[in-house]
Amino acid sequence: MMRAVPFATSLMLALAMLLASSPVGTAVAADDLPCEVPDGVVQAAFPMPHVAAAIAAKKLDVAVLGSASSALVGPTGMARGYPGRFEAALSAQRPGVAVRVVPYAKSRQSAAEMEARIGEVLAGAKPTLVVWQTGTVDAIRGIDPEEFGTALDRGVERLQAAGVDVVLMNMQFSPRTESMIALDGYLDRMRFVALQRSVNSFDRFAVMKGWHESGVFDLSAATNKIDMAASVHACIGRLLARLVIEGADLATAAAAEGAGKPPDGARPSDLARSGGQSGVRK
Amino acid sequence: MPLAAGERDLRLDLFRGLALWLIFLDHIPSNVVSWLTIRNFGFSDATEIFVFISGYTAAYVYGRTMRERGFVVAGARILRRAWQVYVAHIFLFCIYMAEIAYVSRSFENPLYAEEMGVFDFLRQPDVTLIQALLLKFKPANMDVLPLYITLLAAFPPFVWLLLRRPTLALVGTVGLYAAALELDINLPSYPSGHWAFNPFAWQLLFGFGAWCALGGAERIGPFVRSRTAVVLAVLYLLAAFLVVLTWYVPAWTPIVPTKIAEWMYPIDKTNLDGLRVAHFFALAVLTVRFVPADWPGLRSPWLRPAVICGQHSLEIFCLGVFLAFAAHFVMVEVSDGIPIQIVVSVMGIVLMIAAAALMAWYKAIEGRSRGSRSAPPRTDPAGSPP
Repeated sequence: MMRAVPFATSLMLALAMLLASSPVGTAVAADDLPCEVPDGVVQAAFPMPHVAAAIAAKKLDVAVLGSASSALVGPTGMARGYPGRFEAALSAQRPGVAVRVVPYAKSRQSAAEMEARIGEVLAGAKPTLVVWQTGTVDAIRGIDPEEFGTALDRGVERLQAAGVDVVLMNMQFSPRTESMIALDGYLDRMRFVALQRSVNSFDRFAVMKGWHESGVFDLSAATNKIDMAASVHACIGRLLARLVIEGADLATAAAAEGAGKPPDGARPSDLARSGGQSGVRK
Repeated sequence: MPLAAGERDLRLDLFRGLALWLIFLDHIPSNVVSWLTIRNFGFSDATEIFVFISGYTAAYVYGRTMRERGFVVAGARILRRAWQVYVAHIFLFCIYMAEIAYVSRSFENPLYAEEMGVFDFLRQPDVTLIQALLLKFKPANMDVLPLYITLLAAFPPFVWLLLRRPTLALVGTVGLYAAALELDINLPSYPSGHWAFNPFAWQLLFGFGAWCALGGAERIGPFVRSRTAVVLAVLYLLAAFLVVLTWYVPAWTPIVPTKIAEWMYPIDKTNLDGLRVAHFFALAVLTVRFVPADWPGLRSPWLRPAVICGQHSLEIFCLGVFLAFAAHFVMVEVSDGIPIQIVVSVMGIVLMIAAAALMAWYKAIEGRSRGSRSAPPRTDPAGSPP
């Protein structure tokens, strides 16, 4: 808490001013944030051919399926949550492409409950890409990690069958509740499913933990202001956009290399980590 | 284990004491010191050691009681012990509730609106408390004592069988483990899910420890001390270490072939994955080989702190759970930098040792004033009751 307080404060002031000058909160605001993460933390492991095709066709529809941590509360919450930032960042990086991100965030929903809504999401947003954020609710309720994994796996299979690229997003790192919510089993299962189904995952937990440890954000601060939350979401949106563009580029590169060679994007380290963390559950 | 009959095997106390320290360190989240604990060097962790030694000492102590005083007296003592552990668990639960209630009142951040859902159970304390008393509601890191309670509660008939047909008892233990894995047998939890430590799976180590204590150790002794066993153990530990390294050094991942990785992962702790059991056995083989029961170091003042912690395992375990809460609390409230992580870790272990020393002192003065009046736990070769 003592760590980097002046820095963080000045950062937030700067951000607040930026946001005031550009109420839309585009990627311009996020550019001044130190969102960086160590190499390999946010990295596309698998190509995303559907996204690549949609970008080529200049129209990309995305759905964000998630729980409460995929949105910010309050009047400006909608625009400042990561789905909105993600849309802005994608548009900025691929000018000329009509990007639309539709959030399907509903609080207190477990992975199984979200899985049941996939039909609704597919029919409603007609997405090319679904970002599926889940895990926290399951961990709080103590749902069996295995059951969680099964629901996740079923959902991903269904999305892939519908011709949709998927990004799985795991839990937030939350220092205050770290000793109260046992996340390990769920983190493991999600990594495992991502690998088994060859879908990319956005390791929000590792990203936020890295920010907390390096002092970029003081995540144990108690506050009722939304500023830090908004900055965190802005960074998440930006990194998520980077991941998706990378995935699309992998697909484009693979296509350019010719159809003969299957794209080899899998990082074996993911598999190791998916099992590895099981070994270290407390 | 070449010990004269009735002589105390200090190795049990030593390694249980060390396991208690490791469990404490592992329970502090985001703690740099926990990198030293064995779970980062292989598949198993301190829980396996704790459960095995607890089974061993329980059988040692109550097995003798059952032989001398019969099933009813020994059974009654075991159940009284289970009751003590139950009370200790509920006591810890109260402390946990106080901490969580404090955090729920004092912490606010729009970023974590979702995580605040973990405090929902405070809204219906009637249900929560009843579910906790039924051992169905178990907060994070409070899973070990309920496991221990169920293992003790089911222990009397197992000891009875062990004294008569040890091989049959062992086969029963392994059979129950296999059945639990095959048929997905586990106890239910509240509000959903199942026990994080499946007692039907974890009883394997407890039962195996008990079997070793009541004659099994002599039967497998020649193999455990053989060169073959040591070589196998070293190879397995090395292989496990290499696998674990790849979890932290991604560049080395190719060491583990994909086929093996797919077969191996996930390594399940809830159901005590076979790879974890094997890892524990390998550690045990090396321990038996390189730390003989009559090793003078066991009586050295340097190891004394760990030994006395192991001799008061229930109290020190509970204290460790509480201290882990407290340590995390300090880290969140004051600072969670690396210096503080080291300070709270060291402080915690010092407090555990101090508490154990205090209890040893109490035991000593009680023993002296009581004279030769029956004070069975003090003279138990295997240390205090588990």
